[in-house]
Amino acid sequence: MRWIWIDTFTEFESGKRASAVKNVTLAEEHVHDYAPASPMLPPPLMIEGMAQTAGILVGEARGFRENVILAKVRRATFEEYGRPGDQITYTAVLDSIDDTAATTRGEVFRNGDRIGTVDLIFSHLNQSASDLDLPEHNFVFGDTFLDLLRSYRIAVGD
Amino acid sequence: MPTTREDVFKQVEEVLVDALGVDEDEVSEDATLTGDLGAESIDFLDIVFRLEKKFSIKIPRGELFPDDIVNNPDYVENGKFTPAGMTRLKTAMPHADFSDFEADADVAKMPELFTVRTLINYIENKLQAA
Repeated sequence: MRWIWIDTFTEFESGKRASAVKNVTLAEEHVHDYAPASPMLPPPLMIEGMAQTAGILVGEARGFRENVILAKVRRATFEEYGRPGDQITYTAVLDSIDDTAATTRGEVFRNGDRIGTVDLIFSHLNQSASDLDLPEHNFVFGDTFLDLLRSYRIAVGD
Repeated sequence: MPTTREDVFKQVEEVLVDALGVDEDEVSEDATLTGDLGAESIDFLDIVFRLEKKFSIKIPRGELFPDDIVNNPDYVENGKFTPAGMTRLKTAMPHADFSDFEADADVAKMPELFTVRTLINYIENKLQAA
């Protein structure tokens, strides 16, 4: 299943910060159908875009060893919305990380203008939920997310 | 400038308003985090992070909210804390008030120990020790 709400990374500093962009297109059902006669990138999908940007930052910081899942949206405020033709940028900063969890702060930009803030808490599933029947492989970081990072690294010659 | 209990209360109140989305007037010393203020398990983590930032302290995992006692068969039997369990609990949580809890020692009622007062006591102990 494809559920990818960022198009490419534009910045990636391991363990520190990452930026990714999402181009808003009318071709996407979610943009077209969310609000009648007012195509926009639904704000929940902007939260998801930030969660993916920040989640990959968090996962990569520990070698993608753990299943990193979004546990809490501490704050999500938006002053503007993304319209078809816009480019949304998510910039996430890693505030803290340890065996059980990570926290990130993030800003959302629309064509370079700051339009929102999204602060998140992620859980490391393997560590904290020993009574769950988890699959052996990492089910969060599959090819889709890993390829995003790989393409970026190839592009910047990393 | 020493921090008074009133100062600590005000800052703990701010943390809980931000973390739990409650109003200031809902935050009294007696209020329980889960029962009265609607906190869920992930909120406890958020509260710890915010307290660390607000008071510039480090809160080691399990120090404010012990998480290794309930799963220990020496400490819990048939849903109640054993005498050893109660001793362990009291040692782990000098910041909590056990007077109402002791009689029952019911594990299911453990969240009632986590009141706003428990947080304030913990912070005061931490600041004094610093």
